[in-house]
Amino acid sequence: MTDTSAEPAVAQLSADSVLVVNGLGKRVPLPDRQLTILDDVSFSIRAGEAVAIVGASGSGKSTLLGLMAGLDLPSSGTVILAGESLNALDEDGRARLRGQKVGFVFQSFQLLPSLTALENVMLPLELADAADAMTPARDILQKVGLGDRLGHYPRQLSGGEQQRVALARAFVTRPDVLFADEPTGNLDTETGAQVIDLLFELNRQQGTTLVLVTHDEKLAVRCDRSLRLSGGQLVSP
Amino acid sequence: MRGLLQSWRLFRRELAAGEVRVLLAALVLAVTAVTAVGFITDRAERALALEANRLLGGDAVLRADQPIAEGPRQLAAREGLRVAETLSFPSMLRHADRFKLADLRALGPGFPLRGHYLLLADDGQSDRISRDIPEPGTLWLSRAGAEAMGARIGDQLSVGDSALTLAALVSQEPDAALDYFNVAPRAFLNLADLPATGLIQQGSRISYRLVVAGDVAAVSRFSSAIKATLGRGQRLETISDARPEIRSALERADRFLGLSALLSVVLAAIAVAMAARRHCARHLDGCAVMRCLGASQARITTIYIGEVVWLGVVGSGIGVLLGLAIQAALGSWLARVMGLAIPPAGLWPAIEGVLVGFTVLLAFAVPPILALRGVSALRVLRRDLAGAEAGAVLSTIAGLSGLAALLWLKAGSASLAFSMLAGIAITLLALGLLAAALIALLRRLRGRLRGPWRYGLANVGRRPLSSAAQISALGLGLMVILLLTLVRTDLLDRWQRALPADAPNRFIINVQSDQVQPVQQFLRDGGVDSVELYPMIRGRLIELNQQPVSGSDFAGNGERARRLAEREFNLSASSSYRSSDNRIVAGNWWPEGGPAEPEVSVEQGLASALGWKLGDHVAFDIAGRRFDARISSLREVDWESFRPNFFVVASPGALDGYAGSHITAIRLPEARPGLANDLVTRFPNLSVIDIDAVLAQVRNTANQVTMAVEYVFYFTLLAGILVLLAAVTSTQDERLQEGSVMRVLGARHWQLRMAHASEFIAIGLLAGLTAATAATVLSGVIAEQVFGLPWSANWPVAAAGALAGMSAVTISGLLATRRVLSAPPDRTLRALA
Repeated sequence: MTDTSAEPAVAQLSADSVLVVNGLGKRVPLPDRQLTILDDVSFSIRAGEAVAIVGASGSGKSTLLGLMAGLDLPSSGTVILAGESLNALDEDGRARLRGQKVGFVFQSFQLLPSLTALENVMLPLELADAADAMTPARDILQKVGLGDRLGHYPRQLSGGEQQRVALARAFVTRPDVLFADEPTGNLDTETGAQVIDLLFELNRQQGTTLVLVTHDEKLAVRCDRSLRLSGGQLVSP
Repeated sequence: MRGLLQSWRLFRRELAAGEVRVLLAALVLAVTAVTAVGFITDRAERALALEANRLLGGDAVLRADQPIAEGPRQLAAREGLRVAETLSFPSMLRHADRFKLADLRALGPGFPLRGHYLLLADDGQSDRISRDIPEPGTLWLSRAGAEAMGARIGDQLSVGDSALTLAALVSQEPDAALDYFNVAPRAFLNLADLPATGLIQQGSRISYRLVVAGDVAAVSRFSSAIKATLGRGQRLETISDARPEIRSALERADRFLGLSALLSVVLAAIAVAMAARRHCARHLDGCAVMRCLGASQARITTIYIGEVVWLGVVGSGIGVLLGLAIQAALGSWLARVMGLAIPPAGLWPAIEGVLVGFTVLLAFAVPPILALRGVSALRVLRRDLAGAEAGAVLSTIAGLSGLAALLWLKAGSASLAFSMLAGIAITLLALGLLAAALIALLRRLRGRLRGPWRYGLANVGRRPLSSAAQISALGLGLMVILLLTLVRTDLLDRWQRALPADAPNRFIINVQSDQVQPVQQFLRDGGVDSVELYPMIRGRLIELNQQPVSGSDFAGNGERARRLAEREFNLSASSSYRSSDNRIVAGNWWPEGGPAEPEVSVEQGLASALGWKLGDHVAFDIAGRRFDARISSLREVDWESFRPNFFVVASPGALDGYAGSHITAIRLPEARPGLANDLVTRFPNLSVIDIDAVLAQVRNTANQVTMAVEYVFYFTLLAGILVLLAAVTSTQDERLQEGSVMRVLGARHWQLRMAHASEFIAIGLLAGLTAATAATVLSGVIAEQVFGLPWSANWPVAAAGALAGMSAVTISGLLATRRVLSAPPDRTLRALA
């Protein structure tokens, strides 16, 4: 059941909160019982803040990320993203909000195999009907060091390069919030470090709010603060 | 507009990336196949019509009951066609003191435009060819006619007010296919002599004919234009005016061409459906990513449907061009090899190709795309979330509906379209059920299997929906190929069997009752084994169920019915019937000794054309005497046996006493080529019709059509094989991934090959067996319903087909998956990640 009523303010509300999560729960039915993946999670994140969400495998990190980004609906609780309650929006409304305010970086890159690096980066701008998608896409690919790989397809790029294209695609729309789901999970240590450096650098330049899901404690400490999930609940870090 | 632009962008990019190649290739192939087969069948049908019309004495014949105005002549002149004119009507001939009603033909300059007359040479034995018409002031007579009148070359005969000199005796006419059983004497004179005879008067029953010949394209244009402006009493003479022996062979060829074209549409639909399925499966992730990036459902639908439309435009365009190129090449090659002028095709096959491409593409690709809308954006985080498989049922229903519309359009007959669609639906259902049973069995068995077999067969069971879809598509593709093979084998066999080495090659007509015994004896002495003579009595239909009738009463049953009813029927009588080429389909043949009251057995086609039913009473006028009988049975006649057959056969004794003659058909012994001439010398009133010439023409046409049919068949077969490849390729990605994982885990080449082979053999065996069974049954239905051929199950061909199908699936499957072995596993895994 989705609860859209105003819950007691468990999360710390402030004027500059860009993401407010209140009493969030997610349960899925199993044949014999209900499985609780997230249980009464509340927090808020200020604009420009970098927050790590950490926890062991199966602790509910990715589910939380999906709910925060409006990729899925909660069983209970609310999410307010960039001033709009996700519960009040339909799927198309949430898609519009994502297109305007949100960027994504995934563990498995999620580049479209049929598009070149440049076309992959142009895609979100084109979907938003930008007049010129090419110039900003090319600029940002230069910035991530792939200026000479514009016409290459994902299969022609290494994992690190693919993730850099994904970073370029995430930042090219200058999002308010960037969700990153284990961005180094598919990369070796060295490449992973380079990608993370780049991520933080772009984040700093654009003043984007960063929500980073990771199980890597070393990565988490580079953020302003960490939220720890265990058994679907927030625990003290 | 924006969506259209974005979809164009996506299409262009995916095309560059090779992402839409499989779907595009399937579509191009489908449209090419439909267009090329459509063009070739269209041209072959036109060639056939032209060839058939040549049996009528020219390339096209306009017939009228009034003088033909200038319009058609000018049209023919504009088209650069040669033109000749003839008039024919019944009239009395007088020789000395003998009068005889003759069929008079006045021939204009240039006639015959095709074919020739055979005139009796001066030696009175052999024939000589003449392509001219009688000189002014002279007359030609049919040989039997001259005999009946006791006229000799050089004698004077009176025709109306004129006296003409008999200059030649005619053995055979160029348009003999029309009615070579007519025993009335025929007289031929020069058209210039006609006015002087004073026979052309108000109310004369005259048939005016304008015969044209020339360039095939020009003849086609002329015929189309004339058809559109036919006046009262005018018609284009067609092969439907010819003898049923000739007509039925040509009609079957025509229907086979139609069937091939129809099946090419089915094959095209399968290829596109399979490719569309893969296309949609590969777009699941992209769809989820776009959702993450903010695209609305409507936007995604517009982009992907737009992409399909662009794909349709480009694919259909290429397909039509390729189809045109193939038919042009094949057409001119066929024309050269067969020595047959093939008229150019109309535009319709191209339009049809595009229509088929779009209908199939939209019917099979749009439902999965609509299902793509339901893809959760969460799929970017969790790849295991369900994809578009939910659209499979809707897709099948939409696809079958689209196919139904196409079949209807193409078949031009609801019953053929329906039996085809029912066959497809039942085959699909049977395939689906069998696939489900096999999958269930494999799930039970897999624990007992070992090694690569286990992995291969596990693959079949692991993706039940996908496997079922693949087995169904493969099975249907195989079924269509087998169906065409079976029907074609049937038809070719039939043509060869219809004209066996001992087929009669001479009809002997006008044998009088008192000559039956002597003629039989003469022929036996000449070395002819069995000689059976049948009475032949000409009668005109006057009453049906005690109601007077005329030709116009049957106008509601169509032009053919009207003409049939107006013509004189050839009636015969027999105590027994020949089961080799006659089959009772309703009622009963009379008992030995004959029935108490006169009864007749009627050929089924004639009965249905005229609306006659079992038990109806018919009355004929035979030379002024009335003949009454009840219809007691309906017969199916195999006209292609080229033996004497009759539309109406009376019970024994019923026709005794009516004026008539007898007829027989014999094969001249090779040792006695002169037997026919000896016979005519001994019995001068007989007419011997050389049907070898007619047969040669029919055989030639049948051979030419067979060649066209064969090439159309091979092309359809090629399309079918490509469908198999497309079906196997549709699950290539999954196999690549699994193969790579297995290789990473240490699987050796042969183990992977075995795993794949076991999977394809299982799928191929199932698809092959079901397809063979379905094709055998469906070919039976088609043989009986469409071609009017008796059906006997051709199990050896079916078994060979099943085996060939299984091998084809296995080989194409192994070919399509060889990349699994050659590609480095890490790269494959990364590419598919």
